[in-house]
Amino acid sequence: MRIKCPYCGERGLEEFSYRGDATVKRPESLEPSAADAWVDYVYLRDNPAGLHKEHWHHSAGCHSWLVVTRDTVTHEIVGVEPAREGS
Amino acid sequence: MRYSLGSLLANAVTGNRNWKPVWREPEPKAQYDVVIVGGGGHGLATAHYLAKQHGITNVAVLEKSYLGSGNIGRNTTIVRSNYMLPGNEPFYEWSMKLWEGLEQDLNYNAMVSQRGVLNVFHSDPQRDAFARRGNSMLLHGADAVMLDREGVRKLVPFVDFDNARFPVRGGLFQPRGGTVRHDAVAWGYARSADSRGVDIIQNCAATGFRVEQGRIVGVETEKGFIRAKKVGVSVAGSSSRVAQMAGLRLPIEAHVLQAFVTEGIKPLIDVVMTFGAGHFYVSQSDKGGLVFGGDIDGYNTYAQRGNLPVVEDVAEGGMALMPIIGRLRVLRSWGGLLDMSMDGSPIIDTTHIDGLYLNAGWCYGGFKATPAAGWCFAHLIATGQPHPYAAAYRLDRFATGRVIDEKGMGAQPNLH
Repeated sequence: MRIKCPYCGERGLEEFSYRGDATVKRPESLEPSAADAWVDYVYLRDNPAGLHKEHWHHSAGCHSWLVVTRDTVTHEIVGVEPAREGS
Repeated sequence: MRYSLGSLLANAVTGNRNWKPVWREPEPKAQYDVVIVGGGGHGLATAHYLAKQHGITNVAVLEKSYLGSGNIGRNTTIVRSNYMLPGNEPFYEWSMKLWEGLEQDLNYNAMVSQRGVLNVFHSDPQRDAFARRGNSMLLHGADAVMLDREGVRKLVPFVDFDNARFPVRGGLFQPRGGTVRHDAVAWGYARSADSRGVDIIQNCAATGFRVEQGRIVGVETEKGFIRAKKVGVSVAGSSSRVAQMAGLRLPIEAHVLQAFVTEGIKPLIDVVMTFGAGHFYVSQSDKGGLVFGGDIDGYNTYAQRGNLPVVEDVAEGGMALMPIIGRLRVLRSWGGLLDMSMDGSPIIDTTHIDGLYLNAGWCYGGFKATPAAGWCFAHLIATGQPHPYAAAYRLDRFATGRVIDEKGMGAQPNLH
């Protein structure tokens, strides 16, 4: 698997660290009433067989956080973009 | 047919022409008391213990492919009970005890080999951590021996004791651990369950669950609808996909773990050994090949194959521990799918649907758990109550905070 970093070009997997699902959103509320939303955010995952949006860190490169769209069945990468707040 | 010396001799003198298939290939009936989704080691063990311990024999096991085609045939066959936490160790020690009696229970040669599991350590802090784990094992009734350098040298004289970076200082040894022939586990459980009346239905994937008023009434399958009073899901690797059919989102990510086998060599290593400073574990198969593996690849995947950085990492670990393998050729490598749970521990529990039970989240440790997982899952399905050994494996522990995090890594599956 090779990832095309928008800043550095295509690099081998060993330069990147994986964080996980990029679709989960941190809840705004810190109130006890938001407990279920926090359990969802921290623990529960769709875990799809197919296209998966995920965070990778170019940890042995430019240190940018990326949102990679990758097929979890074929390992084909169909999109890489810089992670942005709110995206 | 019951296997015995007599039956072997009788078949030998008749030219081995009269052996019969050891399980039937029935078409599914319209209705069962219990349907198990997943004909792997855990599902078949569950069927065996449902029939044997609880007298529930009107049971079907649904397998989407052929029997033994999943993780039961893709692991590195290691069994051990060297866990530390109270929620885990009694369960794995019970599994170890069931392994010890498995062949007599099943009347099947599963090649249980208690050759010992050795975890070597390389520093004083690691010695402390291993001593703590060993003491925890002893407190739970398992066996554990702390070995110094000379003790390790007697078992594995060829390791690189004076490696400049990772000198071997000693090891934690569990003499009762070892290996079991993985395919034979599936075959033995299948034969035993079938002989008690369980229908094993191969090439029949579950495609949905039918629920009425919050209660399960059956399973939609490739061979039509099968009515069931209770349904157990035991499909580690695919748990999220199957649970989704029941509207359930799980604290699980699918990952891949790679394994490797070398060309056959003369007897070299007669224990299972793990490297303490990297990811490498090794044993030698009866055919002579070294069987080894390392860390998971660390990203979500359903591909049953990994990537080269982990291959390199495993090879480096192997060379750091035992440079003697440097000229061995690797014959083949493969990957197995894992349910990586958010705390590194499994789930055996009820669900929000009455009569639907879940056995999932086995990470990279499902094989050693096969007998106890089957035992405890059968108990849960039969009685509706969790078995005491598996009572901590709750689905709601992620919400209540009662996680079982052996490695202390938090909710990051690729670090467990």
